Amino acid sequence: MAITRMNSAEVTKKVFNKEQLFILDVRNENDFQDWKIEGENFEYLNIPYFELLDGVEGILDKIPTEKPVLVVCAKEGSSIMVAEMLSDAGMAVSYLEGGMKAWSEHLEPVKIGDLKDGGEIYQFVRIGKGCLSYMVVSNGEAAIIDATRMTHLYLEFAESIGAKINHVFDTHLHADHISGGRKIAEKAGATYWLPPKDATEVTFAYEPLVDGKDVEIGKVNINIHALYTPGHTIGSTSFIVDGTYLLSGDILFIDSIGRPDLAGLAQDWVGDLRESLYKRYKDLSEDLIVLPAHFMIIDELNEDGSVSEKLGALYRKNHGLKIEDENEFRKMVTENLPPQPNAYQEIRETNMGKINPDDEKQREMEIGPNRCAVR
Amino acid sequence: METNKVLDAKGLACPMPIVKTKKAMNEIESGQILEIHATDKGAKNDLTAWAKSGGHEIIKHEEENDILKFWIKKG
Repeated sequence: MAITRMNSAEVTKKVFNKEQLFILDVRNENDFQDWKIEGENFEYLNIPYFELLDGVEGILDKIPTEKPVLVVCAKEGSSIMVAEMLSDAGMAVSYLEGGMKAWSEHLEPVKIGDLKDGGEIYQFVRIGKGCLSYMVVSNGEAAIIDATRMTHLYLEFAESIGAKINHVFDTHLHADHISGGRKIAEKAGATYWLPPKDATEVTFAYEPLVDGKDVEIGKVNINIHALYTPGHTIGSTSFIVDGTYLLSGDILFIDSIGRPDLAGLAQDWVGDLRESLYKRYKDLSEDLIVLPAHFMIIDELNEDGSVSEKLGALYRKNHGLKIEDENEFRKMVTENLPPQPNAYQEIRETNMGKINPDDEKQREMEIGPNRCAVR
Repeated sequence: METNKVLDAKGLACPMPIVKTKKAMNEIESGQILEIHATDKGAKNDLTAWAKSGGHEIIKHEEENDILKFWIKKG
C-alpha cells in the first residue's frame, strides 16, 4: 500500500471537527509525554522508532484498520521509515509532513467576528503550542497583537485581505514563545508597541504602551484601549478592541489564569495578579468577549476552533477567578506550579533583543507546550 | 579512551544515525566501545534512550564545533 502525506492544516481540521485519528507517535517516551498532538477523538500509541528497526510485526495488532492512522515523529524522517514498514505489511497509513516541528509552527486563522463600523477581528490559533495571536482589520488597515515568529504568515494574510499593517503590539514580554512583533513592524513599516515596564532591558526602539492609551485602526476609528493589568509580568497590558473584545494576554485564560513566576518574582507579583483579576477586570462589562494569548487544553476550543468566552461566563466558571481567600489564592499561584516553559530565560532574552539565535535554534527553544497558566 | 570502532554519522538526519549505530553495534563484541560522530541534534536524546532500552551504556559524550560525539559500551 502507498503511504500518504498529511500536513498540519489537515490534522488541524480533524482537531476542529472532532474527527477520529489514530496517532502512532514514534518519538521518545519523554518527548511524547511532555507534548503531543491533542484531539478530542484521537487515540495514541507511542513506540520509539528505534524499537521498530527490526520490523513492525510486533505492533500490527495494536493498529486499527477502521480509522485513519497517522505516524508522527520530530521532523518526519523516522515517521516515513515506520510508515513505509507498515505499508509493506499491508496497512494504509499517513505520516505527518514536517513532523512535530511543522506542527508547532502551524497557524490557523479563525474569524472571531465583525466590528461595529466595519472590519473584522481574526484569531490565529497556533494549535500545536497553544499560542493565540490576533489581527484587527478596518478599512484597509490592520493591527497585530502577540504575533508568533512565523511572521510571513501574518504578512501574507494581511496582503490577501488587502490590509496594510500599521500597528503591532505585544501585551507583555513573552517567555514561552519568540515574538514576531518587532520583525513584522520592520517589514511592514509599522509601529511596534511594548509595555515599558516589561521593556527596561530591550535593545531596540519601541513605542511605549501605557494605561489608557488609545490607538486607532482604519478610517472608521476602531479603538484599541490599553488597560494596565500586571501580574503575569509587571508590564502586562490588556486591550479592549471596539468596546467589545478584551484581549487578556497571559493574565486570564478560558479555564485557567496567568502564572506570576516566569521572571523570577512570583511573590512580588501575586498581589498585582490578584488586583488585575479581582478588581480591574471585575469593573469591566460582563459582556466583553475575552480573547486570551493562550489555550492550555483542547477542551478550551469552541466548535469553530476559536478560543473565546464572555467575561461574565469566566467569572462563573473559571476556578482561578473564584478564590475568595487571598492567602489561598497566593498559595495556588506560587506553589506547585507546572514546570516552566522550555528555554524560557533564553526566549525572554531573545524577545529583549539581547541574543539573536538562528531559525533552527529558535525552533528548538520553542519545543513543547506553552505552560503559561496555573489551573 | 580505547575505541573499538568509529562510526561517522555526520550529516545524516534522523533516523539514520540510530540505524547505522545499531548496525555498527552488531559488529562489535559485548564490552567493546563504539565511538559515534553525529551532527543531528536529535541524536543526543535518541541515542540515550536507544542505548538504555538496548542495555548499552553511554560512557562519554562531547560536543565540539557542532559535532556530537558519543562513546557507547555494548551491553
